[in-house]
Amino acid sequence: MTFPLVPVQASEVARETDHLCIALVCASAIVCLIVFGPMFFFLFKYRNGHPADRSPVNLPQTKIEITWTVLPLLIFMCFYAWGARQYFNIERPPPGAMEIDVVGQQWMWKIQHPEGNREINELHVPAGRIIKLMMTSQDVIHDFYLPAFRTKQDVLPGRYTVQWFKADKIGSYHLFCSEYCGTSHAQMIGRIVVMSPADYQHWLANGEPGPTMVQSGERLFRELGCSGCHMGSTVVRAPPLQGVFGRPVPLNNGDVVMADEGYIRDSILLPAKQIVGGYTNDMPSYSGHLTEEQVMELIAYIKSLGNQSPTGTQ
Amino acid sequence: MNATLPQTETEFTRTRGRVPSYFEEGGRTVGSWLLTTDHKRIGILYLYSILFYFTIAAIAAAIIRLELITPQGDLVSAETYNKLFTIHGTLMVWFFLIPSIPSVLGNFVIPLMIGAKDLAFPRLNLLSWYLFNIGGLIALYAVAIGGVDTGWTFYTPYSSAFTNSHVVTMVAGVFIAGFSSILTGVNFIVTIHKLRAPGLTWFKMPIFLWSNYATSVILVMATPVLAMTLVLLSIERIWGVGVFDPKLGGDPVLFQHLFWFYSHPAVYIMILPGMGVVSELVTCFARKPIFGYHFVAFASVAIALIGFVVWGHHMFTAGTSIYSGLFFSLMSYLVAVPSAIKVFNWTMTLYRGRIFLTTPMLYALGFIGLFTIGGLTGLFVAALAIDVHVTDTYFIVAHFHYIMVGGMVTGFLGGLHYWWPKITGRLYPENLGRLSALIIFIGFNLTFFPQYIMGYLGMVRRYHSYAPEFQIYHVMSSAGASILGVGYILPLIYLIWSLKHGKKAPANPWNATGLEWQTTSPPPKHNFIETPVVTREPYQYSPEVEERMIYG
Amino acid sequence: MAEAHEALAEQFEEMPQQTEASLLGMWTFLATEILFFGAMFLGYIVYRSTYPEAFAEAGRHTLILYGSVNTAILLTSSFTMSLAIDSAQRGRNRPLLGFLLLTILLGCGFLLVKGLEYSEDIHEHLVPGAHFTKELSAPGQMFWVLYWIMTGVHSLHLIIGVGVLAVVAWMAWGGKFSEYYHNPVLISGLYWHFVDVIWVWLYAFIYLINRH
Repeated sequence: MTFPLVPVQASEVARETDHLCIALVCASAIVCLIVFGPMFFFLFKYRNGHPADRSPVNLPQTKIEITWTVLPLLIFMCFYAWGARQYFNIERPPPGAMEIDVVGQQWMWKIQHPEGNREINELHVPAGRIIKLMMTSQDVIHDFYLPAFRTKQDVLPGRYTVQWFKADKIGSYHLFCSEYCGTSHAQMIGRIVVMSPADYQHWLANGEPGPTMVQSGERLFRELGCSGCHMGSTVVRAPPLQGVFGRPVPLNNGDVVMADEGYIRDSILLPAKQIVGGYTNDMPSYSGHLTEEQVMELIAYIKSLGNQSPTGTQ
Repeated sequence: MNATLPQTETEFTRTRGRVPSYFEEGGRTVGSWLLTTDHKRIGILYLYSILFYFTIAAIAAAIIRLELITPQGDLVSAETYNKLFTIHGTLMVWFFLIPSIPSVLGNFVIPLMIGAKDLAFPRLNLLSWYLFNIGGLIALYAVAIGGVDTGWTFYTPYSSAFTNSHVVTMVAGVFIAGFSSILTGVNFIVTIHKLRAPGLTWFKMPIFLWSNYATSVILVMATPVLAMTLVLLSIERIWGVGVFDPKLGGDPVLFQHLFWFYSHPAVYIMILPGMGVVSELVTCFARKPIFGYHFVAFASVAIALIGFVVWGHHMFTAGTSIYSGLFFSLMSYLVAVPSAIKVFNWTMTLYRGRIFLTTPMLYALGFIGLFTIGGLTGLFVAALAIDVHVTDTYFIVAHFHYIMVGGMVTGFLGGLHYWWPKITGRLYPENLGRLSALIIFIGFNLTFFPQYIMGYLGMVRRYHSYAPEFQIYHVMSSAGASILGVGYILPLIYLIWSLKHGKKAPANPWNATGLEWQTTSPPPKHNFIETPVVTREPYQYSPEVEERMIYG
Repeated sequence: MAEAHEALAEQFEEMPQQTEASLLGMWTFLATEILFFGAMFLGYIVYRSTYPEAFAEAGRHTLILYGSVNTAILLTSSFTMSLAIDSAQRGRNRPLLGFLLLTILLGCGFLLVKGLEYSEDIHEHLVPGAHFTKELSAPGQMFWVLYWIMTGVHSLHLIIGVGVLAVVAWMAWGGKFSEYYHNPVLISGLYWHFVDVIWVWLYAFIYLINRH
């Protein structure tokens, strides 16, 4: 039997989180000394039958109370700030990330690389790159937990959540679902395989040949009739999609929203939720007609539209 | 002494030579117990009830720990395992911990401690016991017809749209039991406001009353939100409407907000009364007034209030915004301050005291130790970055068990032993009591400390099977659980034994202050022959005086 | 004062203490009810701010005439309840009984109107589920889910209130109340007013704010 005490640190975030943890362990040890030390001393010295000076003393009661209120409060605030700063780092992916899509479902993880490679319960990544995971669930709430990177994020149905990491150590690490999701929750596990960038390229190339996500998305865009309205139709007025991703969109009710992945997804599945300013609620919903992976492919395609003119024809 | 001992004699005294206790007066039949409005009898009825639910939940825990000895899921099926941890959590939280100290010790002791003849609403008290058991039986019925596999947290959309288990039945049981909590809370609040004996001002009240008052405020404010959440969940499940279902435009995270708005304050319901007990025990067995009375009293109220604004710390990885995380982490650190204040004050109470290491005192000291460790790990999980890593792992499981079992259950046992002579008129065997306290302390730490380590290593909770590298910790934990089990069974045996064979207890075996000790053990039906009058501060002990305790 | 001893419960020293305790108990209970309904209102507010147009459109299908009549009925019933309390405080039993019965009647009137409104809603296919009207979107259905839950729970509280008042009326008819003791009238009055206040908020949230 192995006897691990410290988890593997496969990223800078992991090391930083562990630093905070060690600091807390030290602080806790000190507190235990400060509390249990005197406690055991008093229990010993003042036990019944043991002669000792038990006469009442006039201690500066209020000063003592204020001291041991304010001092812990200050120390807590230090840990709060430290944890909060690290949290900002954990929750906000740095720029220049390689994006990989994750769909969780009872009880497996489906991963889609932009190049089109698909995996089940395994995620191959190159070391030294920032990996940003765009995640959603097909059914219930799951959680994509990577203990070696000290990061996890709930994976929700109907929404996208994001997680990022940058592996700096080659190896194979645990992937656990860590939000209870039903019968085989404990089997919804897998591996993150961190490879050297060269090996990763090999792995990509050796995967099943197939279209990239953008290509799959473009095919869906045509087959489902999206291009019919959104690519310069003369019959139907639909908002043009070139360059829409990442830009603000004014809505009919006066609000302005950012066109992120969630917005595009809602536009496809719940079009009535937010109508673009100047347009009417005419788009049909594709809810029930698309898998989550297909939605992600469409989003990849729409993201790729940038400022280019459309290549599709009606 | 705070009050005069019985002076007048009743007819009974003249013929029998003593005042009849509440066991005799009021009837001896089962019917007289089932229709009683005597708070003392109702306290005992609650004791039987919670023992019943505790036993079932403990058996579930035993099976869980047995299963987890090996990495493979080979003892029970995954589905059964999931139902087991749901039963364990649901019964332990709602049908054991929440009622434990308030409904057993609080019911029994509070009217005595404030010098009243009963609670403000005795019939509501009885109703709350019936509601409690109706809820409990419905929950057990849900188990009997197949069980629930959602965990005690019932997260949507799994619980509302995916599981085939008997969610609505179970939830109905919890809903009804919730009314029991609300009625108990209302009763305690009004009793403490309106029925205090002459002279018993707020700041002369023992801390046990302050703690139960703060607990009652949480009971009445938080429980209704749970009630509504469970109603919405049931409606969604029965009629398929989209309150929490994203496919129909609902938000599953809204469920979590509503659920934890109740369930976080609930954990303060599950610790404040224990803290109140510890304040009584430490003062009595160090023979000293509590250090910093006002601070300890206000700390109870502060914990209750701040406890209402920390619920989001259960949701740091749930998809809420970073700013939500910032707010709730800050609040979570703030709520730790009053708890720390209490620990420091209890420790200073020992200074220049005269310490008696009786069974209740051992439990009180165990509480302070284990609650401190559990509370310190609270500082870990309040740190956003750490919580991202350890939430939903065994680190959290260890954290809350240290507080709820190491804290509350230990406090409950301490209080039970302390007031046992008053409740039953008998002394429990002291040496067995001390031995059990020690066994429980050792067994508890062996069970739960390894869970911190394996949690940080990445061992996820609610896992039926697990990666082999965690096995050593699970084996330690299960070994500890068996020791802990022995530790719990021992008091069950010797406390029942003491009912018939224990030494008869005098009115005040511990020479304790407090009005409950100024009447007989056990007390008469109406508690006091004459209404006591309070003239002194609480805890007027003198450590310089050499005293003797009376042991069983 | 044999009358005093009969009504004074043994855990209390004197009647004013018992009265204060009863009132404090009911106020505390009402605080729990505020949180109970509050959670529902919170859900409503959250979804309304997420789907403002859908909610407004769905809300226009509510029957404001029924709602307004019911508001008038309940406000009047709170008035008669106050008159009942006033009579009790003066020890005037016949008016007390009369006003209690009037309040009960008005409460039943509310329920009758509500029942008629519900059957109209059902006829219009405004019941969430498979047969929900196609005129409204999914978020609009959410409005109606909340409508049925909120008004349903409120009506349940009203039915309980009517039951409680019936018991209190029966006690009044049995001559149990006097100037000295009439706690059940006081606390059921508090409860009744509370149910009325909740209705006023419901009226505003469900019927009024969606009509623009």
